[in-house]
Amino acid sequence: MSSDHIVGIDLGTTNSLVAFMQGETPVVIPGEDGSNLVPSVVALDAGNQPVIGNAARNLLIETPERAVYSIKRLMGRGVEDIQEELKLFPFRVAEDLQPGEVLRIRLGDKTFTPPEISALILRQLKRNAERYFGEAVTKAVITVPAYFNDAQRQATKDAGRIAGLEVLRLVNEPTAASLAYGLDKKQNGIVAVYDLGGGTFDISILKLHDGIFEVIATNGDTHLGGDDIDNLLITIALDDIRGDLGIDLRRNAEAVQAIRKAVIDAKIALSAQPSVKLDFELPGGKRYQREITREQFEQLIQPIIDRTVGPCKQALKDANLKPEQIDEVVLVGGSTRIPKVRALVKEMFRREPHTDLNPDEVVALGAAVQAVILGGGSQATQNMLLLDVTPLSLGIEVAGGVTDKIILRNSTIPASATQFYTTQIDGQANVAIHVLQGERELAKDCRSLARFDLKGIPPMAAGIPRVEVKFLIDANGILNVSAREQRSGKQADIQVQPSYGLTDEQVEGMILDSFDNAEEDFRRRQVIEARNEAATILAALDKGKKSVAWAELTSDEKKQIARMEKVLVAAKDEDDYQAIRQAIDALNQGTMRLAELMMDTAVSSALKGKKMDETDLGEGPTPPHPMAPPEFQ
Amino acid sequence: MTESLATIGTRPLPEETHSCWSCGSMRAAHFCESCGKVQPPQPVDYFAFFGLPPKLNLDVATLEKDFYELSRRLHPDLNARGGSRVQEWSLEQSSMLNDAYRTLRDPIKRTEYLLHLEGMELEEQSKSATEQARATGEVKKQIVPPDLLEEVFELNMQLEELRTQKKMGEDDPALIEEIGKQKLALEEKHEALLDELKAGWKAWDALIDRGSAANAVERAQITGQMVDVLNRRNYIRNLVRDVNEALES
Ligand SMILES: Nc1ncnc2c1ncn2[C@@H]1O[C@H](COP(=O)(O)OP(=O)(O)O)[C@@H](O)[C@H]1O
Ligand SMILES: [Mg+2]
Repeated sequence: MSSDHIVGIDLGTTNSLVAFMQGETPVVIPGEDGSNLVPSVVALDAGNQPVIGNAARNLLIETPERAVYSIKRLMGRGVEDIQEELKLFPFRVAEDLQPGEVLRIRLGDKTFTPPEISALILRQLKRNAERYFGEAVTKAVITVPAYFNDAQRQATKDAGRIAGLEVLRLVNEPTAASLAYGLDKKQNGIVAVYDLGGGTFDISILKLHDGIFEVIATNGDTHLGGDDIDNLLITIALDDIRGDLGIDLRRNAEAVQAIRKAVIDAKIALSAQPSVKLDFELPGGKRYQREITREQFEQLIQPIIDRTVGPCKQALKDANLKPEQIDEVVLVGGSTRIPKVRALVKEMFRREPHTDLNPDEVVALGAAVQAVILGGGSQATQNMLLLDVTPLSLGIEVAGGVTDKIILRNSTIPASATQFYTTQIDGQANVAIHVLQGERELAKDCRSLARFDLKGIPPMAAGIPRVEVKFLIDANGILNVSAREQRSGKQADIQVQPSYGLTDEQVEGMILDSFDNAEEDFRRRQVIEARNEAATILAALDKGKKSVAWAELTSDEKKQIARMEKVLVAAKDEDDYQAIRQAIDALNQGTMRLAELMMDTAVSSALKGKKMDETDLGEGPTPPHPMAPPEFQ
Repeated sequence: MTESLATIGTRPLPEETHSCWSCGSMRAAHFCESCGKVQPPQPVDYFAFFGLPPKLNLDVATLEKDFYELSRRLHPDLNARGGSRVQEWSLEQSSMLNDAYRTLRDPIKRTEYLLHLEGMELEEQSKSATEQARATGEVKKQIVPPDLLEEVFELNMQLEELRTQKKMGEDDPALIEEIGKQKLALEEKHEALLDELKAGWKAWDALIDRGSAANAVERAQITGQMVDVLNRRNYIRNLVRDVNEALES
């Protein structure tokens, strides 16, 4: 049972998805509730158990202090970087945070680091895939915004490990989208991918050439997206309410979340209709109502969407291309459904953007394609190879607090640079190196990645040692450093102190499903899920027995059902998944006529729901068990 | 404290033949012709990595083709299922491939790289070197080309005046026009120096073709000239950058 499924995961700010290649076509794997998108929301339920996705979204409104969304904004960032975020998002930073410690966010009375929260989302996706395959899933390709820096990438990789996933590759989101696009099109040319989601914006320009997807330039803003539009609308509503009614709801988390939901619905409606009525209830029973026309909305958001222009121009400049030289513009991300965004893209690139692909799913589908390439390829991916770039220049701090750039942005990765260091005083044994990422000239304006200490340099006169330090950005866009003292040939000892991020030991301690136990954990979970299903069907049967339909069964039928029920009740308490499964299937089969009768008599919809699920089984990508059982109330 | 360019090691390409670590048959430099496996990286320079002589005129279209072909062999994505050794070699080999391609496809970077291999040092004209000199008060290793001395002096005075005016919120169209003209003249000079550089490439390639690589005097003369042209060119480029900054600020 060890067919090695590698899944592709889009870990989004707003929504996350998991996909895989079925035969030669990438498909999204639906969640328990049947939906392809898993909202990137994590909450703790009353029993302090994590809840993820749509269920968590409900808790976000009921118990906002026990929920968190848009956690991706905090990945790989320090508390001092997120002050702006804290004004706009209800992140509750742990009060006991020590200086230099990785950020922790409070959910109820527990705290979690951003990678741990992301890991909970990843684990949910992993489980969705496992339910779908009926097998453990331990390997994944995860996408990240192209403009993510080293720390943000590392944090994403850590999240994967914590979730019990071996992250075979981090792929840039727009690049992944181009893979899905290219799989369809099989054309050569220059493609621009414009990705505006909930929290991040990326623009990538690629050259497609006989299956090679070569990124020429990329740019973006890791804090720009639909969230900004939502926050603008929320602020306006809050100001209105304070102005007209004199109540300040800013500190009322439930009210803010209710407003947030209302403005998002309104925003989405405005993508399809010329005006919308924003209408929600305020604490105390009054309603807030306001008509918004698309025109007003477009005016309002203009400054936000205009922020995508600069990165697009820079990317074109870096690629040394004019807008007319772009053959196709591909739109990715939910916010590109906004007509005004489409108009802006059209104006910038002077062509109608390509909108055939589902902007929500295309990144995950591309990740699934990359997963197959890594796994050895298939007919469909034959000749496909992705050559990506590093979005930001890598530099080291030199005298005077200046950044010396050693790998320039838009260099194809893997990329490396070698630097030589020597000592300033006789017998000096250590040399400190400060690694930076960014485009600015001064070190203090760049992102600090890490401080390294070259240790154990053999004692020599000043200026004599020659330490060769190799900086290598791997195919994930993550920096690796190694050092060697050339005169003695000694491998120099490097101590990495990431400026942000978890140490290996910390990650180790956080791992949710340990690798080695993945298979066993999966079995255990399978049994638990089967038991739940058994309980549901037994409850439904109890209901059925009380219905008028029951009386219409023959006594033989009733006896048979009773026998099957007994088998299931017994199996339910054992640990044998197969036995429970078979008993469930048998009982399902045996109660078919009962269900039909119940449907006919329209007494109850309980077993009817079950039947409809069964007819769904044949559709879509043939999962052994695609959805969870329906609720039987 | 640091050297600005990476050295990859010794040149030229080691001529010894190797056999594949995996299947034992004769192999190409980076991967085995027979079983396709990635081979351990060899310390060669960027020219040798592509199997090229160290010449400065090269066909970029062929280079690109070779780059794609080698990428299909060496890229980590296509070696992800190999063992940890293969993965490590593939990472090193493909980073070297990318570094080499990035350097060689750009004629100026290619020239600078060759000069570096020849042990020549360029003046520090980079923006960060300028910033660093400014921050530490050190004198930058940068000399005003003698033939530009007068012009540069004049231009700097004008730029100073422009900055002062801008600070006061004033605007002198005549001055801006004058500076614009000088900028144009500088840009023309920048272009003309490229032709001089091209003459250097031709002379160098002829030297390599003659196989008279041992003639150290001739070699030093040609490379010395190219260093001079590049220094002047970089100086002008920086000047134009300063002008643009002053005009835009
Ligand atoms: N029809 C629509 N009109 C406007 N905005 C939309 C629409 N559909 C989704 N969005 C917005 O798109 C964003 C989510 O896009 P998505 O690509 O899923 O984001 P992410 O990649 O950040 O998870 C949200 O801000 C959401 O409100
Ligand atoms: Mg996205």
